[in-house]
Amino acid sequence: MKNLFCYFVIFIFSILFSNKAFSVSPDTFIQNTVNDASQILSLDITKEEKINKLKIIAKQTVDIRGVGFYSLGSIRKTLNKDQLGNYSKLFEKYFLKSFSSRLAEYTNPQIEVKGKEILNENYTIVNSILVGTAERPEVNIDWRVYTKNPNNPLIRDLIIEGLSLARTQKEEFASILNSNDSDIEALFNTLKKFSNN
Amino acid sequence: MNKLFNTLLIILLLTSTANAGSDGKIELTKKSEKTEISKDCFEGLNRATFAFNQGLDKVVFKPIAQGYRKLPPPVREGTSNVLDNLSTLITIPNNVLQGDFKGAGTNSARLVINTTLGILGIFDIAHLLGFPDYEKEDYGQTLGTWGLGHGCYLVLPVLGPTTVRDTAGMFMNVMGGDPYYRISVNGNNEYLDGQLYAATKILSGIDFRAKNLESLDNLETNSMDFYASVKSLYLQDRERKIANSNSSPEAMDDSDWEEIDTK
Repeated sequence: MKNLFCYFVIFIFSILFSNKAFSVSPDTFIQNTVNDASQILSLDITKEEKINKLKIIAKQTVDIRGVGFYSLGSIRKTLNKDQLGNYSKLFEKYFLKSFSSRLAEYTNPQIEVKGKEILNENYTIVNSILVGTAERPEVNIDWRVYTKNPNNPLIRDLIIEGLSLARTQKEEFASILNSNDSDIEALFNTLKKFSNN
Repeated sequence: MNKLFNTLLIILLLTSTANAGSDGKIELTKKSEKTEISKDCFEGLNRATFAFNQGLDKVVFKPIAQGYRKLPPPVREGTSNVLDNLSTLITIPNNVLQGDFKGAGTNSARLVINTTLGILGIFDIAHLLGFPDYEKEDYGQTLGTWGLGHGCYLVLPVLGPTTVRDTAGMFMNVMGGDPYYRISVNGNNEYLDGQLYAATKILSGIDFRAKNLESLDNLETNSMDFYASVKSLYLQDRERKIANSNSSPEAMDDSDWEEIDTK
């Protein structure tokens, strides 16, 4: 009887947790993500420790591979498997460093999710604001969330006051490639240099 | 009348230059027809000017902006409000040129209220009265609304990023499109003069720089090609303003994302 009760409790818990996983809406996902990041940024730890913790959040919540391919632009179609694999590794390193360093500059930012707009089954735009302070005005931040797998939504872009960070990054990469006769190795070297600095 | 003719002639010449400057490479994306590609026709010169501007910024503008930031917030807000109020003098004719008569009416009322009750625009009384948020318009945006592409991307000394089309728009201000310029420089009055006009423009630049101290530092630190990042952000910002859109989905091109499926 005791065993039966235990099985029953486990069964109920598993149902509850699986329901929770299925019910992650993009706006809740973003609010939870920014709350986690905010909490880290308000901790009394070193900047380096904050960066490391932010990197973990980024790995869990951002579609780094997708953002990387988007940033690469049309040249990705000309790369072979090895080059794409190498690029994905380099991009992840670059992205995590760039993303976490940008965030680590803020102390306890307050972001409030205001709404969402479902574009199609793959994408939802979540609207939020970075609450203004005496030093800076309120900032509108929209999040492009990839929802193809509704159980595991992932961030693909941040649009700050209408300016897309992914597009900016894509155009930055295009500029590096244009300056080097579309030599992918030049982009790899630049990514390596940035990540190792 | 003569001035009006000159102005129209200059628009015609500059806008045709803007078209020629595209080198046939201004193209709209297949999907959204919103994202334009602006050719960097003078990239070498632009990069050199950009480096010069960065040096100037480090030595002159950034330190001044940092000092400006130390002023009490109400002083900075009041200054920013005065500058916004002056800019409505350019926004109103552009609202009309873009066919936005409602916006022109709202901004005219805003100008009257803020100039009088708001004491020369120091206080944004219109905002307190529930007016919609102020959206600046300029002649470059109007040319864009009329369907003119960016033209070549340019970096001007001191003034920074722009395009052939937006430079044409800037010329419009001094050709009679900016009432504040006309009154202060050509107005023959004892209160306003060209120096005050120039000082106002410099103050606008410092106000903008002060508002973006951290974001520009952050962008510079985390960019592999700062020039390309600034160019991208400038062009995106102009596209958004021309579309008069605050909605992200409207301002974005989805076509490239659709090809990527990593799951």
